[in-house]
Amino acid sequence: MRYLPHTEEEIRSMLQEVGVADLEDLFSTIPGDCRRSGDMPLPKPMTEWELNAHMDQLAGRTAAAPEYRIFMGAGSYDHFIPSATSYLLSRSELMTAYTPYQPEISQGTLQAIFEYQTFITRLLGLDVANASMYDGASALAEALLMAIRITRRKKVAVSSLINPLYRRVVRTYLEPTGYEIVELPYTDEGRTDFSALTGLDELAGVAVQSPNFLGCIEDLPAVSEAVHADKKTMMIACFSEPMAFGLLKSPGSQGADIACGEGQSFGIPRSFGGPGLGIFATRSKFVRNMPGRLVGQTVDKEGRRGFVLTLSTREQHIRRERATSNICSNQGLCATNAIMYLATLGGSGIRQLARLNRDKAEYLKGALAQAGVRIPFTAPTFNEFVAEFPKGFDATWKKLLKKKIVAGLPLAPYYDEMANHYLLCATETCSREDMDLLVKEVTS
Amino acid sequence: MKETVGTHGLVFNEPLLWEKGAAGRNGFSMPSRDVPESPLDEALAGAGPDFPDLSEVDVVRHFTRLSQWNFGVDSGMYPLGSCTMKYNPKTNERQAALPGFAGAHPLLPAELCQGTLQLMYDLQEFLAAITGLPAVTVQPAAGSQGELTGMLIFAAYHKSQGKARHKILIPDTAHGTNPASAALCGFKAVAVASNESGVLSPETVAGLMDEDTAGIMITNPNTLGLFEENIHEVARIVHDKGGLVYGDGANMNAIMGIVDVSQLGVDVMHLNLHKTFSTPHGGGGPGSGPVCVTSELEPFLPVPRVVKTKKGYELSEDFPQSVGKLHAFYGNFGILIRAYSYILSMGAAGLKKATQLAVLNANYIKEKLKGDFHLPYDRPCMHECVFNDKIQEAYKVTTLDIAKRLMEHGFHPPTVYFPLVVHGAIMVEPTETECKQDIDAFIETMKTIAAEARENPELLHEAPQITKVRRLDETLAARKPCLTG
Repeated sequence: MRYLPHTEEEIRSMLQEVGVADLEDLFSTIPGDCRRSGDMPLPKPMTEWELNAHMDQLAGRTAAAPEYRIFMGAGSYDHFIPSATSYLLSRSELMTAYTPYQPEISQGTLQAIFEYQTFITRLLGLDVANASMYDGASALAEALLMAIRITRRKKVAVSSLINPLYRRVVRTYLEPTGYEIVELPYTDEGRTDFSALTGLDELAGVAVQSPNFLGCIEDLPAVSEAVHADKKTMMIACFSEPMAFGLLKSPGSQGADIACGEGQSFGIPRSFGGPGLGIFATRSKFVRNMPGRLVGQTVDKEGRRGFVLTLSTREQHIRRERATSNICSNQGLCATNAIMYLATLGGSGIRQLARLNRDKAEYLKGALAQAGVRIPFTAPTFNEFVAEFPKGFDATWKKLLKKKIVAGLPLAPYYDEMANHYLLCATETCSREDMDLLVKEVTS
Repeated sequence: MKETVGTHGLVFNEPLLWEKGAAGRNGFSMPSRDVPESPLDEALAGAGPDFPDLSEVDVVRHFTRLSQWNFGVDSGMYPLGSCTMKYNPKTNERQAALPGFAGAHPLLPAELCQGTLQLMYDLQEFLAAITGLPAVTVQPAAGSQGELTGMLIFAAYHKSQGKARHKILIPDTAHGTNPASAALCGFKAVAVASNESGVLSPETVAGLMDEDTAGIMITNPNTLGLFEENIHEVARIVHDKGGLVYGDGANMNAIMGIVDVSQLGVDVMHLNLHKTFSTPHGGGGPGSGPVCVTSELEPFLPVPRVVKTKKGYELSEDFPQSVGKLHAFYGNFGILIRAYSYILSMGAAGLKKATQLAVLNANYIKEKLKGDFHLPYDRPCMHECVFNDKIQEAYKVTTLDIAKRLMEHGFHPPTVYFPLVVHGAIMVEPTETECKQDIDAFIETMKTIAAEARENPELLHEAPQITKVRRLDETLAARKPCLTG
């Protein structure tokens, strides 16, 4: 096996040094009744070339662009990834390193993460960002737990227009310890209804997603006013499409105490949902209650600038059961991927690209409306929106799969009241021609 | 002077991203605009983030230079105990980048993603075969999320038995994540001291286990690199009081093909695909922490689960006792692809051989170095061995100094100051992918450093001198946090 470098002769001489007769004898401390009797029932090993053929065949059994036209976002977005980003990310000094516990030989990872943290704070309009979390959903759960820690309250309110999959993860994280979760309803225009906050007191935090699951941009200043009516309650602004902040006002500038969500859009392949990037940012005064790793700037003994992991007394390996989270690693390479992508895009680039994303989806929305499709929610949207098709559209939707078109995500499984509603997405990767084709197919 | 692996080279300085570039520069090929501009309410529009504008060459040089300041497994031996820094096969990267995988949308209807679902299903089967525990979820995104899943399963199980329990036993040799994960489920951690041989005593466990204790979390082999030889008895004591046994599988690389985990009495175990199954650590993730359980605990596994039906593979939510969802989608699928490729490349015999050679390498180092460095537990080890700086104390040389000096010789330091039960621990895990020559070079270097400690301790106190930066002021970083530029 090519990953095992020992020759038979070397094994013999090493065994001799250790003082045992054969490889089996190395395991003498394992009691006989713990031993496996037979071989592990696994397929016989493949050569590199057999593996390539097998994997080509498996990968070929999954729909992907450009063969398929997939007008679906819902937390996983198709954006062009520059070759330079993928190429740089494969630098094995970055890819095959461990957590930067030895800073003198990890400055590459550390500076890249410091730059990532800085870009994220500038994007979200907040003071500090951590080195990343597992995904948008667990980042939201951790944000709510953080609000619970800071306020010492036991109840949170969560908009029903937060990605339903994120809300399920929140339940998994919060319910075992008995915290109460109240879901806020939504308005006819497709925004969270904050009038429901009246009468809810002692809230640790209120979470809202913008752009929300329906693609609608929430009125964050109004959210802030409603949430901060109670000075202690924390406003958590979640997102699954951070590309929007190239165009929209940042959550931090509109009152959010914590902004968190998914960063897959920043140059990370969709890869069937993971690995993605949990983005997490907050205000300086909350930093010691923040979960996750942090990279900080310092100097070496000759006074030169350098970077280290810092404020680790918050973390599990020091504080154990009193840590701010059980998170141990982060999504280091995904954060590195994001900073490479954002650096490539630049300040001018992200403005243009975000604008183009919105315009593509607005074109599709307008074309569908013109063809007679109902657009039920009137709030402004970023690169995705809901369309309501006539009853029986599910047959058309299925028929289109055969034509290699995925005409959005059916919403009925997520919202009982949304039969025949579909969430459609168009990013910069959709051409006008593709969108015209979709309009023709869904209305014919 | 004898040549060492580590040497001087041309290293570039490189500023922070926002210290370079010029407004109007462009590194991204902007897609052509084929749709009209659409107006946006001014109240919503922002100024956009304050990012620098850089060219493609700016960005490529920047990150190439940064990468050269890093040490990876591809640079050299990385004997970081407990982290299993084995070689990361390159074919795995090829497979993960296949357009059908990398481009797959997670919410595709099942008929359009049979390939990805089959891969997840087969990987679950493989992990079941390797551990002996029949039911598997690959959803947890990292080892710590695997632990959390395990603790959620403990809590759900006891609830289903009609009585919630509030405590959990955690040995002093455990990873720090264990108590933190247990705390998230409302369990109070009760520390269990290991005995003078470095393993758990059944009597100690019996003295602590009661009917308000949900179970025990055991790392086996433990963080001293020792096999918990009393695990059967410990498991029996815990099971007799209605508790469950959690196995932290971070050290699975020591027992593949040798031990059947289900026979140990373990009910739940997480694996770290980024350790045992060769996926890259990425400078701190993404990892993946699948959880394997007994058939009795299968109903509690996270949803959705991949099931095989006559029509093919599907995602099923139909598990009413499930602990729920831990990840927005199905976990770190890209990492699953790499682990799957590794297992298919190795086969059963290859994985067993990997374990044998990992244990051989560790014992060989232990035998060769135990005269030069103090070995607190002098007995056969598994895949890692733990020394400390007791001998070097006389020369005022610490574990940290030894670690820093190793860098100058071209080796990544071992894990230091962990496990906590050994004062000044130096935890060496060579892994099986290091050849005898490199292992010998490491041993030779450690002996040289032991001699330097006696003869020229200043060399160690001043190390490292040839790295991009020298020792960094961590106190300053924590006292006056500068977390953004």
